Amino acid sequence: MKIIIVGLGKVGQKLTERLSQEGEHDITVIDTRRAILHDVVNSYDVMGVVGSGASIETLQEAGVDHTDILIAVTGSDELNLLTCLIARKLNVCNTIARVRNPEYKKEVQLFQEDLGLAMIINPEFTAAREIARLLRFPSAVQIDTFAKGRVEILKFRIPSGSPLCDLKVVDIAQKLGCDILVCGVERGEEAFIPGGDFTLREGDYVSIVATIRDVTHFIKKIGLKTNKVKNTMIVGGGKTAVYLANLLLKAGIDVTIIEQNPDRCEELCEMLPKATIINGDGTENRLLLEEGIESAESFVALTNIDEENVMLSLYAKTQTKGKIVTKINRIAYDEVISSLGLDTIIYPKDITAEYILRFVRAKNNSIGSNIETMHDILDGKAEALEFNILKNAPIANRTIESLSLKPGILIALINRDGNIITPRGKDTILPGDTVIVVTTNKGYNDIGDILK
Amino acid sequence: MNYRMISHVLGWVIGLEGVFMMLPFICALCYREENPFLFLFCGLLCIVVGLPLCLLKPKQKSMFAKEGFVIVALSWILLSIFGALPFFISRCIPSFVDALFETASGFTTTGASILSDVEVLPKSLLFWRSFTHWIGGMGVIVFLVALLPLSGGDNMHLIRAESPGHSVGKLVPHVKSTAKILYTIYLGLTLLQVTLMLLGGLDLFTALTLTFGTAGTGGFSVLNSSIATYSPYIQWVITIFMLIFGVDFAFYYFIIQRRFKNAFHLEEVRGYLGIVVTAILLISLNIYPVLSALGTTTVADTIRYSAFQVASIITTTGYATTDFNLWPQFAKMILVILMFMGACAGSTGGGIKVSRVMVLIKSIVKEVKVLVHPKSMVKVKLNGRPLEHETLRGINVFCASYIFIFAVILLIVSLDNLDFTTNFTAVVATLSNVGPGLGAVGPTGNFSCFSALSKLMLAMAMIIGRLEIFPVLVLLSPKTWNR
Repeated sequence: MKIIIVGLGKVGQKLTERLSQEGEHDITVIDTRRAILHDVVNSYDVMGVVGSGASIETLQEAGVDHTDILIAVTGSDELNLLTCLIARKLNVCNTIARVRNPEYKKEVQLFQEDLGLAMIINPEFTAAREIARLLRFPSAVQIDTFAKGRVEILKFRIPSGSPLCDLKVVDIAQKLGCDILVCGVERGEEAFIPGGDFTLREGDYVSIVATIRDVTHFIKKIGLKTNKVKNTMIVGGGKTAVYLANLLLKAGIDVTIIEQNPDRCEELCEMLPKATIINGDGTENRLLLEEGIESAESFVALTNIDEENVMLSLYAKTQTKGKIVTKINRIAYDEVISSLGLDTIIYPKDITAEYILRFVRAKNNSIGSNIETMHDILDGKAEALEFNILKNAPIANRTIESLSLKPGILIALINRDGNIITPRGKDTILPGDTVIVVTTNKGYNDIGDILK
Repeated sequence: MNYRMISHVLGWVIGLEGVFMMLPFICALCYREENPFLFLFCGLLCIVVGLPLCLLKPKQKSMFAKEGFVIVALSWILLSIFGALPFFISRCIPSFVDALFETASGFTTTGASILSDVEVLPKSLLFWRSFTHWIGGMGVIVFLVALLPLSGGDNMHLIRAESPGHSVGKLVPHVKSTAKILYTIYLGLTLLQVTLMLLGGLDLFTALTLTFGTAGTGGFSVLNSSIATYSPYIQWVITIFMLIFGVDFAFYYFIIQRRFKNAFHLEEVRGYLGIVVTAILLISLNIYPVLSALGTTTVADTIRYSAFQVASIITTTGYATTDFNLWPQFAKMILVILMFMGACAGSTGGGIKVSRVMVLIKSIVKEVKVLVHPKSMVKVKLNGRPLEHETLRGINVFCASYIFIFAVILLIVSLDNLDFTTNFTAVVATLSNVGPGLGAVGPTGNFSCFSALSKLMLAMAMIIGRLEIFPVLVLLSPKTWNR
């Protein structure tokens, strides 16, 4: 597929990286900053064009006439929209624009129809939604949904003294009486898709797939909390905080936002009348104590400085037993950060890149199946994909036993008209099903890719 | 330094050379030569050396600019060493230094020879000699990148180090596809020329060898008289194709893509054609009185001679239809200037490249303008775009290094105590990958008069010139190897 990416900020670079790893796309990147363009072209197998995405000449040089998808992710919403508009005029391709100003939120629908945008992405909103989901289920490190929300993939850490410690995967159903499937385990820097005789240990991060009911049941059984948090403390009053506060307030969770800039605080007051807005420096621990960090059931670090977020979260961890969420925008030392023992880390650029990738892959293929949902799991080392099975799919009407799968693949669930089936060898996959596949081999577009 | 990656790619390069040697082996079989298995033996030797190196998979696949430079420089040196084996083993060129000179001259598409009589060589060796031109023309690494399963943007470091020009870019987003497009164009034009040569009544062997020499802008011929004894039709075909291969290959890509506007927007190609036409006219005017006084040379002949020679020299091919050593000084000086200048960037030709010369001239104009109006803002532009400071600096440093290296090699070569014209033009002809110079190394002479040291230096000059200096300098710099 031919793809043009306009703007090489954090998200643009991440997208370039992920898309070029898939190897099959012809990617052209556009940016006005020569040095950054130079770096990107040297690191990935892509072509670079210097110029503004809103200039017809630049777009034509980048080959907009033949392109399939144009993704505009510059820092400016207006430029992104203008780029998409011009690209649409030159070639009826799919366009994706990043629009993140909360003030444009209501107008988004309008843009989408009139400008013919295939997708509008808002990293801040997406990140906020992800955080909100986690706060409703604080025991989980990561939650993603499939099958239109019926199925969840949930990651949690095995605490000490849990019944899961030293238990073999195959014995879970018998011992706990729960119908769940363990689809991945992370231990240290390694990630496994475990077989039946894999033994779980304390401190492992386990990802399970099941219906929401089964997940709740399972979590209760192993003694983790299932109820949502009652209140939350947010440090940093940026765009993400506004979106998040809105989502949480709607769900009946109390919100306190600490923001340094008094002008911004005034704005926040206007936008979020139900939230408590504190004007002060979130890095002062006296202030945090005064605002009751000890009794906070959750703490979200959303300042614009990654290092500050990490430090704040580490401090919060010493003060409260609640759920702690850390936003990291820029720094890339995943291994180091995950060794700090923070609860959940949100990478907005990864989430955004994942959303766009899903769209690209779904567009890429509709021969026998297409991708309904896609999530990165196991710290980006594996993917969970939900495929729609169409009539002519290579695995349609076959039993699971009869499929010769590539190594590192797990068929996790079958969703048949809303009924969730945990697949056994004798089960047959029918057209119209959606199938959730977990794999360590990334970049699948088609359900046929899982076969040898 | 990723040594394993370096040896891995070098293994591929040597192995590939072994595979290439199978073609002259077939040629030897066809002509029932005395020892037909010479090339089979040398080819297998290359494969035996190369294969273990390629099988040793590097743990770390990442490669940076310095690895790219080192790989490319080493590849070309190793190619020349292994490629010299058939000449040496068959005893057709008894001295190894001579064999090395001949092969380096082949791969770098120089076409300078130490042989005084090429007609006595077996056909298979003549074929190999010309075939090295074809391989070297577009580059071995470009060929490898088109084939190898090495993926990622890292390969661009390799291509950038091997391909001529101040800003080597991609035609399409994937490096691999870019390399494939380049080779497809190269192969297509080669086949077209072979067909035209066959139509001119040449046998397949001659048509192939002469086309290899033209396509790679090399210049090895299979006759002592170079191209002089072939029909005017053949001479015109070669003239036109030399000029074609001296054009930036992006031009042909744009033409195939029907992006004619982009194609004719390439300022360098326009400049190149302008220089060619001017040079042909000036030389014709200069040599016509001399030649017509000597005998029955017509105007058409004069234009053919001068067009052929201008095309041959500016594209740094080095074929000759006449002994231009006997031409008047003015015509000879034009040819020497063209030797320095060379063809377009992104072509198979050598030299400083037309685009660099154009940028230099524009910089001079800009400098003068700034001296007259000290506060004026002037930008040097190419293809309608302002050039960055970095690019300009790169071009200036390149030209300075070119002159400097030229001087150093000239100094070493002058130890042989030959005359000034011979020394001077021998160094230009090798550094710019032209082939013949003037004086003793003129179109009827050869390089056998030099000492072994000078031959090695000149062989080095060819590789330095073909790789545009910096890969070799990076290879020789101790900083590269520091841990």
